[in-house]
Amino acid sequence: MSLIHETDYGTPEAKNGAKTEKTVTLTIDGMAVTVPEGTSIMRAAAEFGTQIPKLCATDMVDAFGSCRLCLVEIEGRAGTPASCTTPVADGMVVRTQTDRLKRLRKGVMELYISDHPLDCLTCSANGDCELQDMAGAVGLRDVRYGYEGEKHSNPGVDASNPYFTYDPSKCIVCSRCVRACEEVQGTFALTIAGRGFDSVVSPGMQEDFLSSECVSCGACVQACPTATLNEKSVIDIGTPEHSVVTTCAYCGVGCTFKAEMRGDEVVRMLPYKDGKANRGHSCVKGRFAWGYTTHQDRILNPMIRDKITDPWREVSWEEAIGHAASEFKRIQAKYGKGAVGGITSSRCTNEETFLVQKLVRAGFGNNNVDTCARVCHSPTGYGLSTTFGTSAGTQDFDSVEQSDVVLVIGANPTDAHPVFGSRLKKRLREGAKLIVVDPRRTDLVRSPHIEAAFHLPFLPGTNVAVVTAMAHVIVTEGLVNEKFVRERCDWDEFQHWAEFVSQPRHSPEEVAKISGVPAETIRGAARLYATGGNGAIYYGLGVTEHSQGSTTVIAIANLAMATGNIGRPGVGVNPLRGQNNVQGSCDMGSFPHELPGYRHISGDATREQFEALWGVHLDNEPGLRIPNMLDAAVEGSFRGIYIQGEDILQSDPDTKHVAAGLAAMECVVVQDLFLNETANYAHVFLPGSTFLEKDGTFTNAERRIQLVRKVVAPKNGYADWEITVMLAKALGFDMPYSHPSEIMDEIARLTPTFTGVSFDKIAEMGSVQWPCNDKAPFGTPVMHVNGFVRGKGKFVVTEYVATDEKTGPRFPLLLTTGRILSQYNVGAQTRRTENSVWHEEDRLEIHPHDAEQRGVRDGDWVKIASRAGETTARALITDRVAPGVVYTTFHHPMTQANVVTTDYSDWATNCPEYKVTAVQIAPSNGPSQWQEQYGELVRQTRRIQATEAAE
Amino acid sequence: MTAGPMTTNASAGETAHAHDGARKLVMMANQIGTFFESQGPDQAVNGTADHIRKFWEPRMRKAIFAHLDAGGEGLAPNVRAAIERLRKAEKAS
Repeated sequence: MSLIHETDYGTPEAKNGAKTEKTVTLTIDGMAVTVPEGTSIMRAAAEFGTQIPKLCATDMVDAFGSCRLCLVEIEGRAGTPASCTTPVADGMVVRTQTDRLKRLRKGVMELYISDHPLDCLTCSANGDCELQDMAGAVGLRDVRYGYEGEKHSNPGVDASNPYFTYDPSKCIVCSRCVRACEEVQGTFALTIAGRGFDSVVSPGMQEDFLSSECVSCGACVQACPTATLNEKSVIDIGTPEHSVVTTCAYCGVGCTFKAEMRGDEVVRMLPYKDGKANRGHSCVKGRFAWGYTTHQDRILNPMIRDKITDPWREVSWEEAIGHAASEFKRIQAKYGKGAVGGITSSRCTNEETFLVQKLVRAGFGNNNVDTCARVCHSPTGYGLSTTFGTSAGTQDFDSVEQSDVVLVIGANPTDAHPVFGSRLKKRLREGAKLIVVDPRRTDLVRSPHIEAAFHLPFLPGTNVAVVTAMAHVIVTEGLVNEKFVRERCDWDEFQHWAEFVSQPRHSPEEVAKISGVPAETIRGAARLYATGGNGAIYYGLGVTEHSQGSTTVIAIANLAMATGNIGRPGVGVNPLRGQNNVQGSCDMGSFPHELPGYRHISGDATREQFEALWGVHLDNEPGLRIPNMLDAAVEGSFRGIYIQGEDILQSDPDTKHVAAGLAAMECVVVQDLFLNETANYAHVFLPGSTFLEKDGTFTNAERRIQLVRKVVAPKNGYADWEITVMLAKALGFDMPYSHPSEIMDEIARLTPTFTGVSFDKIAEMGSVQWPCNDKAPFGTPVMHVNGFVRGKGKFVVTEYVATDEKTGPRFPLLLTTGRILSQYNVGAQTRRTENSVWHEEDRLEIHPHDAEQRGVRDGDWVKIASRAGETTARALITDRVAPGVVYTTFHHPMTQANVVTTDYSDWATNCPEYKVTAVQIAPSNGPSQWQEQYGELVRQTRRIQATEAAE
Repeated sequence: MTAGPMTTNASAGETAHAHDGARKLVMMANQIGTFFESQGPDQAVNGTADHIRKFWEPRMRKAIFAHLDAGGEGLAPNVRAAIERLRKAEKAS
């Protein structure tokens, strides 16, 4: 193994380079070269193997032409133009290496070096410095102007960011960082302040990096050719010596990274240029927040205890697995086969998820298996399979580059799916129009060089009404794409739907009364989406986590079908998935009613296929979903659970009910990296492994299956799939595999949309999007191209039903919840990294008007009370939220945001209604009684008995 | 008694739980019924029955049947009809 170096072509591909047919042929150093029109000379040379010296150019940003090192001679043209800014032309004759060019380049380098400290041996970029490389490349042997570099402005090192330093003395003012921040990340946090020798990189208004609007995505660090912006881990450890390409384990974007290693120590994670989801970009989580993998809180030995009030006792793997298996067997013998179940994890690999559901179905002999998608995207599965026939998004992320209008509903991609957020913003800066449907004024609504054409800040819970009102406008104003609908959809169903949405009660004027969105805004947004060219919809949990979550997904699908925005690049309906492998865990049969590939358990033919391969009889009845399991536990018929990598006590709604359910069980087995909140109620703890410690695959929001590669040995001794295999064996169900690739082979044998998938194929292609089978051997970037998977697209009427969770005199405000950039979900990983400097606590956002009425000042502790419970947090006064709406995140366990959320859920899937809770806010002195009691519980239940020293 | 985080068993009375359980199931069934009622007369009962058959685990169905036998308080008319139909079908099979 060695360090993977991608080729830097100096400038990006020609705009639409891959799509334009037109090529030009020129001669470079006597060789004929053919490239797409619009390509730079620098890139044309690089594509054919000649690296023209350069400093300010790199192919992640547009050409800038400032360093004057990449000069070339062109026959018939005066002077020595920069090859980065000069496009190729037919018949052009270029020379990249002449005496004159050599002399000029040496002169340029001399000037650069005269202004640069020459502490190369002790410099953190030693061995990874483009300035050093270029000095070598041009044959620099002497600097006539001195070696001290004393003239360069040096205000001192800025080490405020936890992950990288800014050392102005090393800066060559190439502006690569500034341009990366603008063009790639889209934050515009950086500029060059001062002139001449005084030039320095300035974050914000000459602030330090941490105080500025920098989002720490790492693009500037990646772009920097010297040690000016350098990872602290590189400064600390040194340069890496080998790298492994793998997939990020945070959100559903699924960025590809190079894990750059020295021995078995991770030096840094660098976004991989060939990653098809991220195209070389990253966010603060994937790029920097991997410190949790070696955090001291990680539990590395299995533990058991009889009662949750006992301290944990470390035991051998044999004992822990044996104990768990015998408990499950005892419970099933005593209370019945259906008294136990399991939860698969969207953080684990496809192979691991597949094994957990296999263990439940074949080992436990019931279908009580569910996954965390229950609480996030289960309505997507229901809604999209009803209308289109597939439980997945329709596009790849590249598709956004061809969108003209982007409709973002109930999603906050710049925080929750940052790399997709950056790709979207890039397209918006190129001129695409944006509509944001969200109760909060998210960053997308207005941020540097981005402004939504329409923002629909509806009252939480009125999604169906608002989307149906948009349909009303499209139908009644004659904006339906009738040709598409007639060809692709069921015409009778369409007519029934069109008649329904045309009713006056669905008009924007009527809906304005309940949603709070002005009728003209709804009309304008609908017209723009229907007529603005390629219309793409991206949505998130603001759509699904409602009592009508599935209905909103259906309403969105209706909108896309009515306007013909399905089945080609640039359009589509795209759920943004929260966790890295939500799509995969759903695909792998994690739902209690479905076998892998979304096939109902009652289907005899499908079930028999599994029975034949697994050699067991499978139950043909649907099993319990997570909320049903908890209800059954409280009622006494469900007594044991195996939970892999999910923290239901923190993430699921109505904490008191979850706690009561867990407390009622006789055997709770938690497999995780840390003693998470759920583990407070566990009897067996099986230490899990991180994404760096195992092989497998993740499937991102684009249906893209990507390899996760083992970079280091598991600190806990076993990859998670091996632990499930051990547990199954102890239960008497053997599933012998020697490598996860064999599990994928089994998945491929059993799942029609996966028949062409194998580890070898993914490795060869880099990634593959399902369906991947005989009909689509190289996968499917865009779905429903020549017709819907279900046959005809199905229009379904979407009656708005107000949630039962209503405001009133006792609880007059609506609480909605969401995420923040630096933290991830329950925070188990990110809270154990330096990311906490950005978000030490969950705050309650409240409008100034509501705050004033209640005598709440910014930073005050406030009590948040609902009919389910109460908790406290510190207030953050902001007009991002509308009057009447409050908002908080749920990344910190002591916030206990879910003590407040209720047990209301989506009608079709039981996905909890996190996004609407009626609450009252009042000033408070500090933590609630529940929070205090919970703090004590945590202290009690996390005790680990000291092992006696061996004599 | 309010259950605190330290409550280690759910002994607040079996009947209270059964009652609470039925209340929740009625609410869930009615939610399903409301959606299918909006889909037109042939879906109001059929759609509701299908959905419950497809997604509810047997003990949930058994509990809603028991609730029906006990008078079926709170069930919307189309939901009641759906559950009756479902029970008949299940008895027949």
